[in-house]
Amino acid sequence: MTEQLDAGAVAQQIREHDALDAPGGGSEVGRARRRKEDARLVTGRTQWTDNIQLPGMLHVAFLRSPMAHARITRVDTSAARTRRGVVGVFSGQDFAGEQGSLPCAWPVTADTVIPEHPPMAVTTVRYVGEAVACVVAVDRYAAADALEAIEIDYEPLEPVLDMTEALAEGGPKVHEAGNESFTWKFAGGDIEAAFHEAPVVIDRTYVQQRLIPSAMEPRAVVAQTDGDHFTLHSSTQIPHVLRVMLALTTGIPEHKLRVIAPDVGGGFGSKLQVTAEEVLCLLITRRLGKPVKWTESRSEGNMTVHHGRDQLQNIRVAADADGRIRGVQVKLLADMGAYLMLVTPGVPLLGAFMYNGVYKMDAYDFTCTGVFTNKMPTDAYRGAGRPEATYAIERLMDELAVEIGVDPMEIRRRNWIQHSEFPYTTICGLTYDSGNYEAATDRALALFGYDKLRAEQSDRRERHDPVQLGIGISTYTEMCGLAPSRVLGSLSYGAGGWEHADVRVLPTGKVEVVTGTSPHGQGHETAWSQIVADSLGVPFEDVAVLHGDTATSHKGMDTYGSRSLVVGGIAVVHACDKVKEKARQVAAHLMEASPDDVEFSEGRFRVRGTGTSQTIQEIALATFAAHNLPDGFEPRLDASATFDPENFSFPHGTHLCAVEVDTETGATAIRSYVAVDDVGNVINPLIVEGQVHGGIAQGIAQALFEEAVYDSDGNLLTTTMADYLVPSAADLPNFTTDRTETPATTNPLGVKGVGEAGTIASTPAVVNAIVDALRPHGVHDVRMPCTPERVWRTLRTGGGEPA
Amino acid sequence: MIPASFDYFRPSTIEEAVDVLAGAGEEAKVLAGGHSLLPLLRLRLAYPTALIDVGRVAGLRGVSDRGDHVHIGATTTHDEVVRSPIVREHCPLVALATATVADPAVRHRGTFGGSLAHADPAGDLPAVALALDMVLEVRSSAGERTIPAAGFFLDYLESALAPGEILTGVRVPKLGPGWGFHYEKFHRTAQAWATVGVAAAVRQTNGTVEEVRVGLTNMGPTPVRAAAVEEAARGVEAGQNGALRRAAEQAAEGTDPPADLHAQPDYRMHLARVLTHRALVSASAHRSPLT
Repeated sequence: MTEQLDAGAVAQQIREHDALDAPGGGSEVGRARRRKEDARLVTGRTQWTDNIQLPGMLHVAFLRSPMAHARITRVDTSAARTRRGVVGVFSGQDFAGEQGSLPCAWPVTADTVIPEHPPMAVTTVRYVGEAVACVVAVDRYAAADALEAIEIDYEPLEPVLDMTEALAEGGPKVHEAGNESFTWKFAGGDIEAAFHEAPVVIDRTYVQQRLIPSAMEPRAVVAQTDGDHFTLHSSTQIPHVLRVMLALTTGIPEHKLRVIAPDVGGGFGSKLQVTAEEVLCLLITRRLGKPVKWTESRSEGNMTVHHGRDQLQNIRVAADADGRIRGVQVKLLADMGAYLMLVTPGVPLLGAFMYNGVYKMDAYDFTCTGVFTNKMPTDAYRGAGRPEATYAIERLMDELAVEIGVDPMEIRRRNWIQHSEFPYTTICGLTYDSGNYEAATDRALALFGYDKLRAEQSDRRERHDPVQLGIGISTYTEMCGLAPSRVLGSLSYGAGGWEHADVRVLPTGKVEVVTGTSPHGQGHETAWSQIVADSLGVPFEDVAVLHGDTATSHKGMDTYGSRSLVVGGIAVVHACDKVKEKARQVAAHLMEASPDDVEFSEGRFRVRGTGTSQTIQEIALATFAAHNLPDGFEPRLDASATFDPENFSFPHGTHLCAVEVDTETGATAIRSYVAVDDVGNVINPLIVEGQVHGGIAQGIAQALFEEAVYDSDGNLLTTTMADYLVPSAADLPNFTTDRTETPATTNPLGVKGVGEAGTIASTPAVVNAIVDALRPHGVHDVRMPCTPERVWRTLRTGGGEPA
Repeated sequence: MIPASFDYFRPSTIEEAVDVLAGAGEEAKVLAGGHSLLPLLRLRLAYPTALIDVGRVAGLRGVSDRGDHVHIGATTTHDEVVRSPIVREHCPLVALATATVADPAVRHRGTFGGSLAHADPAGDLPAVALALDMVLEVRSSAGERTIPAAGFFLDYLESALAPGEILTGVRVPKLGPGWGFHYEKFHRTAQAWATVGVAAAVRQTNGTVEEVRVGLTNMGPTPVRAAAVEEAARGVEAGQNGALRRAAEQAAEGTDPPADLHAQPDYRMHLARVLTHRALVSASAHRSPLT
């Protein structure tokens, strides 16, 4: 019963990893460096926001609405004010004049309904968990105790909880303006012609259940002021965006507001937000003149961290008799929740260009309606729109294969873009710059043992084995590297998609990199160091990466959408190039040569055809001294670069999943999982591996485990981790991973991004496998998450939806 | 954890503990490993006025062989139970079930007695206590008494412990030779509570089932003894095709399973039948002691 660890194997792994850390020459890019930030992160000897202690700091606790939809008729905070340690008690009315409205930066249409979104509810609550009052006290215990003494009376209103019902005439309204926020349409080709007399038409509806991003570190905020300037520490992915939006929301001038994202323990999109708590902590510190801290509990977070997914997807495909796709039509309902938050309406748009997947077709038609309900607002969650799109098309490809009567891999081969056809402009107008679906697929099939598993599947079917085997495929692509600013502008997004970097060589030859990306687990300090070490020819250990503080990193667009390397990393490359050009001027001057005759490699400037050389460290010291520089040369060996990509990047890959389904209990068990991803060139294989593993786990979680459930009154039932099941390593199989490397042609590193690939790819692979296992039982769909009970009920009723 | 305030006592003897408990009022709670109580405090679902921490009370921790039974001290951790050679030899079903409790971190803090005193029908050990006819030793300032497991679990999270009583230890009868055991746990993630669990003990002679004990986890407000299965299985040939399955068909009889996010009652009843069959088959095939 006790696990036996193979001590020898572990020791060998440690030795191998130690070797990775050894200093040395050669190329850093491509090396599986262990992350230099991990020692402090995993030991906690670092500045998590909740670790911050300031003199005189007070603690904030929020009272949250127990009602999904109600009018606030009475608020009495008098008893709470008398409790031990209480410094202040505030309700929405106390902030009504100054709290503004939480911002939405993505009005996707000209007539998008963007309701006022007070950080603290004043007259009406619209979801369970909405902040209605707060206590400021000398410690967290006193604050939590006093919350219980606040009296609030509510006049209940009928909640809106179902998207379809929300759009029906005459029902209750979340907002006066109605329950529809927008309808956004997009089309390419002639969809009517594609469906006209099409030999095959398949029509399916898939439910993208609501998910709760479960970052390891809960949200936390520390706000302080000296009476004039404000500093906000927040566990956020977006310190730069946050500073701008908080300045606009609170009226604190931007130059008097410093935002710091210290070390941040995960986000998955949930910290790509301007939150009520951030705004309110600033207002409280402004009012009291004291520093304040708020850290959420896990249960509080489950209710009030923005949720993800929650879409109802109707997808139709028209195909020829041989399975060649003519056209795809998508009609989407997307649950906005009660309000539009930072990019809420834009999430389905990020998927709109991906429902065609890796496939060629003549026509495409997409309509999305954003719907208000009395639930926590939704917003970006790992993949943001693209997992939903990939799920729908990859599920549908399996249905098409069954309809045509061919193997599901064959149907994909018949439709995907051939390697020879790149660059390829899709029906959605995106130009996929590079890719090789054949190579990734062939590699995956070999690793998986596809034919052998199919043979076992047949055998189990013939034997009527109670445990059936299914095989699931996902040949996915995604658009990463958010984003070309002009494209964002054309989609009505409120900002650009560039990224910024500063690179400075210090007098001793050490290098500081300031990045506008904001790592919260991704390992930028390591990866950026590898890029700079190669570019400037300095040791990996000699590079420091600064991030996340608007006082030191004045400019950035932060981290989300697999953009950091593809956009931010390229800014670093460009800044390094500028530094090298400056250094070349100095080197040429010192060596009395023409700059044109000076070559640079491995950290050394050489005069072509001579033995004369200078190291970049020597140039750094000479520049610092400034005694002998070219005429008019500014004595500085630093440079900035802002990079705005011209295109997205398009990672792709083939994921294969074998699932055993116990038809007696409905239990599913992943038997094997193979992922071959093509994320272009790789800076650090260890980091890529980590991203792929975590991503697959998160995608499997949607397929099998996770769902945010509200009851018929609008109460969230999944407020704890006993109810909202985030799988652990014990619940997941070993993943077999490999890569093909088809470099991106749109950036100098040839990189594509890897932050979301696993999550986007894995969900349909798992569900396809479950459905594949059960097809002989008449099953053609199982709603996610495919819980044992749901599988069992589907088996009993056959078909798709469980009764 | 930000619970409401409470008084905290840490007695070092059982005499002191029962005295403190007697004087601490009706809203006092006994704290052992804390893995059931602390979540309730954290979520402010419980507001005890006082916690009496028995974690350092002498003599409550450890496993001993008492001849006809094994004695497990109430504050013995799950991990200690799983690793105990005495438990593994004489009551392997306890070890098998305890090994499925939550995860290693929980098993190093959570206690055997605490799991029983909490009387959570979704806990793994109450069903085992029923199946093995354990006897619970309790103590108060008025003295000691014993409660058979069959009379201990009264309702959801409600035991026969009277106010002022502390569970001090548990007697696990040795079943003797010829028995096989299995704990079949069905749960959605490794750390999750059992959707349904089946604790089974089977005694055979030459392939004939002589005696069966079956306890069900999470099939009602209390753990359930599947008496109908026990009756139906007696005398069948374990190896005979379908015999144990037919007996297991009775598993849901008399149960009143809960509805929650993970399962509706009809599904739990179905699971009870399937899992009971599997547990009987496994118990029939496996002989004690564990090695």
